[in-house]
Amino acid sequence: MTERALLRRERRLPLAGTVHVGQGETVSAEQVVASTQLPGDVQALNVVQRLGLDPREIRDYMLKSEGDPVEADELLAESKGLFGLFKSAARSPARGTIESVSDVTGQVLIREPPQPVEITAYVGGTVVEVLPDEGVVVECTGALVQGILGVGGEAHGQLVVRVDAPGHPLLAASLDESCRGKVVLGGSHAELEALRRAVEVGVAAVVVGGIEDEVLEAFMGRSLGVAITGEEQLGLTLVLTEGFGPVPMTQRTFDILKARQGERASVNGATQIRAGVIRPEVIVVEEVRGAEFEVPATGLVVGHTVRLIRQPYFGQLAKVTALPEELREIETEAKVRVLEAELETGEKVTLPRANVELIQA
Amino acid sequence: MTGDDPRVILATDCGSTTTKAILIERTQQGYRLRVRGEAPTTVEAPFEDVTRGVLNAIAEAEELSQRQLLDGENILRPARDGRGTDLYLSTSSAGGGLQMMVSGVVLTMTAESAERAALGAGAIVMDVIASNDRRLPHQKIKRIRQLRPDMILLSGGIDGGTTSHVVELAEIIAAANPRPRLGQKFRLPVIYAGNTDAREPIRERLADKTELHIVENLRPVLERENLQPARREIQNLFLEHVMAHAPGYARLIAWTDAEIMPTPAAVGALIQMVAEEQGMNVIGVDIGGATTDVFSVFGGTFNRTVSANLGMSYSISNVLAEAGRDNILRWVPADLEVGKIGNHIRNKMIRPTSIPQTLGDLVVEQAVAREALRLSFVQHKSLAVGLSGVQQARTISDVFEQTLTGETLVDMMALGLLVGSGGVLSHAPRRQQAALMLIDGFQPEGVTMLAVDSIFMMPQLGVLAAIHPQAATEVFRRDCLVPLGTCLAPVGRDRPGAACVRVELRGQSFEVRCGEMRVIELGPGETARARLEPSRRFDLGQGRGGALERELTGGVVGIIVDARGRPLALPTDEAQRTASLRRWWRALRAYPE
Repeated sequence: MTERALLRRERRLPLAGTVHVGQGETVSAEQVVASTQLPGDVQALNVVQRLGLDPREIRDYMLKSEGDPVEADELLAESKGLFGLFKSAARSPARGTIESVSDVTGQVLIREPPQPVEITAYVGGTVVEVLPDEGVVVECTGALVQGILGVGGEAHGQLVVRVDAPGHPLLAASLDESCRGKVVLGGSHAELEALRRAVEVGVAAVVVGGIEDEVLEAFMGRSLGVAITGEEQLGLTLVLTEGFGPVPMTQRTFDILKARQGERASVNGATQIRAGVIRPEVIVVEEVRGAEFEVPATGLVVGHTVRLIRQPYFGQLAKVTALPEELREIETEAKVRVLEAELETGEKVTLPRANVELIQA
Repeated sequence: MTGDDPRVILATDCGSTTTKAILIERTQQGYRLRVRGEAPTTVEAPFEDVTRGVLNAIAEAEELSQRQLLDGENILRPARDGRGTDLYLSTSSAGGGLQMMVSGVVLTMTAESAERAALGAGAIVMDVIASNDRRLPHQKIKRIRQLRPDMILLSGGIDGGTTSHVVELAEIIAAANPRPRLGQKFRLPVIYAGNTDAREPIRERLADKTELHIVENLRPVLERENLQPARREIQNLFLEHVMAHAPGYARLIAWTDAEIMPTPAAVGALIQMVAEEQGMNVIGVDIGGATTDVFSVFGGTFNRTVSANLGMSYSISNVLAEAGRDNILRWVPADLEVGKIGNHIRNKMIRPTSIPQTLGDLVVEQAVAREALRLSFVQHKSLAVGLSGVQQARTISDVFEQTLTGETLVDMMALGLLVGSGGVLSHAPRRQQAALMLIDGFQPEGVTMLAVDSIFMMPQLGVLAAIHPQAATEVFRRDCLVPLGTCLAPVGRDRPGAACVRVELRGQSFEVRCGEMRVIELGPGETARARLEPSRRFDLGQGRGGALERELTGGVVGIIVDARGRPLALPTDEAQRTASLRRWWRALRAYPE
């Protein structure tokens, strides 16, 4: 997470379209910056089967041609019948345009009307680049918190805090009508009841440290298998900052967001764990451009604060006290590179270096 | 290519996370692995150039071997005065590998053959669309639009048969107008490998919208597959289109002395070479972070499947979703403190580089691995089928109704060698754990040798096998494989404690009872003639009660007698299950007490 950073977000259409804003323009988060038409769904009708014909005869019976508009249930082709009686009819399954007529398969394809697609700026800021026919790049300064897993897509709202400390859970009782359309900052986790209440009162997004695996499963209505999310329609966007289980949000993350309560936040729950990692995020834009930017620390050093990301100390913080060079054997008998650290409780532990995350230099 | 008998060979594999470089040298004892270097793969931002990771991996190999291999950013060639290499080869699965959609007329016939063609070429098959797959045309069109394949393989119809179904598929593809993954600007390659009579109408419908390539029918008659032309075309197009557009690959292609192979295709080539050389049926499995590949050669027929969403880190959550908690926990003693495995498994998914620290965590992870292996193998068996039985089809409508495909080619009794690869197997703290995961996941029958890949160099050896089989074989045997031993698993069931099998070896006699496992010491490189006498309810390959004499091969674990029965069924009573697991672990010395 970063307290103040220069952020750029690319806003791109899925297909070529029209960009509605220009370079240098100031945009708000919910402003439409580009739009296009997605080609409609294609419906197929096997006309020759309906009429009992040979595919090569289809054009002799078609009442419509490629490019003609049609309404749902409109007559496309009709057999001659017996003395004008007992005609068979083939009717369009949908409103659209005739895309193709095949004299090999006897199939007629009807393309439904196009669907409009719009993209917003997502964050309030300045358009620094226009991608012709595709979209824009929006730049802003603000706080960025990257989560570890999210569900649901983009959401916006005023940031409100509903817990006293990052180690407290988000309770259903703390959510009411005043949370409608808001981005709610919780603490360690949210129970199922709290999530359902949040949906009920119309919360835009919930940001918490963790969640129990069974709770997420119950909330989503399915087991999370492949971690590619963002399209779920759950009634709100959920961002986890730490992981699975009742894990307190780190103090720093909590403080960054709490300090910005009342301001507008842009949230995206979309997550992709592999082949092009995408992490969920919360962005709170600043009105004034800041001059100080964080320099991320690189490499572990004695004195660093780390978070432990594996059993048996999952979620706990510790201070690095030594970084032995030699490989050491751990409980599993694997020989790995380790570090020595002191937990907040004072307990001294030795851990694989792979099982910590740097929190603070 | 530099020389027929290279003295030094350098080979890299660009994986999705790491790039590995191996250095092979010709010594007095033949070709041997010298060193292995590794560096993160650099396909994604901020580098977006695969050659960076390649050079970094080679640089590490340089350091470890004290042999200069690079001159700036050039690979030094040939090998001279203690510097450089004679040969440089590479494989790649970076950027998620080759992702394809295949299409055929009948799901269990031409569509399935198309799937085998694609998988054998090293691709991940995103979806199989068939005329009779019960989806409506608009659903198929929508699905094709959602997918972003690197290429499409279209097949259907035997030569001289009806053309309408395969042409209909072409119409659906044309209407969907699929967009390739790697950018809006280039046309999607479509390979047509179906009924030759339909070539012209296919051309009419697809030549303008796609990069259409036409090859021999991959199922010219129902009783015979002809997959090689389609496989070759897939690999050529992979290089030309997919790789050439991926960042830095044009440069990498220029560096290599032979075509870059997709990693799974290279591993498959190696497995086939091993099977042919050893004259036995082989199964190889590579269980990675995101996918599990299973390769098999039975009766000379090679098959490969990739379970694209079963793996030990990125995909570990999906193993839980598909196998279910109970199936995973059945491999964990009830008295072992493991906490909420749902949370642990999902935390591993979102922090894939973390490793098990406690014994409980290790046991759970290895339990998940068993299920990933089992599920991947089920998928493999259903695809690795023979074509017998198709002669029964009389008319096209019979074919449409047919739900039964051929019988699986996989015959576990006839399996000679089972090779495992991938971190959870290769880096298990005790080799006994790897042996047990392989046995529990695959349930080999009869007499089966077991081995693991020491450091995952099978892809590099696979691409080398095409150029210099001798070098590939020597390094494979001496440096790549860690022989675990031989598993003796009689097929059948009887009550616990009943006689199962007697093993006579080196003047000693071992009686193993039902429900037990036993290890008989026989070290790596050692062999011994053994007499095996299953009791009358059990079959070790010579029928029930049929005794046999075999030369058994040892390994770091030894001869593992698995008298738990086949199919393997764990006790349902929790106390008995826990006691059984602990007994088996003790017998194999699998875990610290």
